[in-house]
Amino acid sequence: MTYTELALLGVGLTVVLDLVVLRTRLLLRRSFWAAYAIIVFFQLLTNGVLTGLEIVRYTGDAIVGSGNPVFIGDGRIGYAPVEDLLFGFALVVQTLIWWVWWGRRGVQYRPLAGPPIWRDDAGTQRPAPGSAGPG
Amino acid sequence: MERFGYFAVLAFIVVGSGWLEFGLRTNVLRRGRRFALSVAPVIALFLVWDAYAIAQGHWTFDPDRTTGVTVGAGIPVEELAFFLVVPFAAVLTLEAVRSVRGWTIGDEPPEEAP
Repeated sequence: MTYTELALLGVGLTVVLDLVVLRTRLLLRRSFWAAYAIIVFFQLLTNGVLTGLEIVRYTGDAIVGSGNPVFIGDGRIGYAPVEDLLFGFALVVQTLIWWVWWGRRGVQYRPLAGPPIWRDDAGTQRPAPGSAGPG
Repeated sequence: MERFGYFAVLAFIVVGSGWLEFGLRTNVLRRGRRFALSVAPVIALFLVWDAYAIAQGHWTFDPDRTTGVTVGAGIPVEELAFFLVVPFAAVLTLEAVRSVRGWTIGDEPPEEAP
């Protein structure tokens, strides 16, 4: 199979894992898409370095484009093959699916995230992890 | 030093996301067992994918900017580190969103869900 085919398969399996098999339904949540927007920005940045500097090279036989890394076009976005976006999606989303799944089963659900350090004085915010409440 | 080129990118990811653990109190390190359980099946799957892709010649690594240390099946140690660092950054980012916005991610017990 080519990288293109495997990448599409990887995304398909990830979606099925989330919506059908484990029913974590992460892909239906605002929190996920907000996080993913940040993640994909940094993926484009770091993957652009890895592929633009040719630390990782791809054969034109396995991807939509050719083996020559251009900034945009020829099946590339920021020097990286578009397949890498699908690969990254599968890698990241599968991890987050299992993270939610284990938390839902009560495995280290706590300590919860937050609050940010700059909200220390804000008594109206959610209680700090592990605390019983105000006072 | 050039051979640590790939590792330098990984270090950037660790630093770029790691501050969330302290600045936003994402508390992922304090839930290390849960992270290990979450990432284990993903690492296993992606190592298989990587091994296949390397065997098929889908991608290759610049010998001048990798250490040359492999973890089997021709997989550079940098790739294994990548499969650990990127999922860690992803969990930090999701928990950072929860820290700042308070939005649910789907692991909340029924009585705590808004």
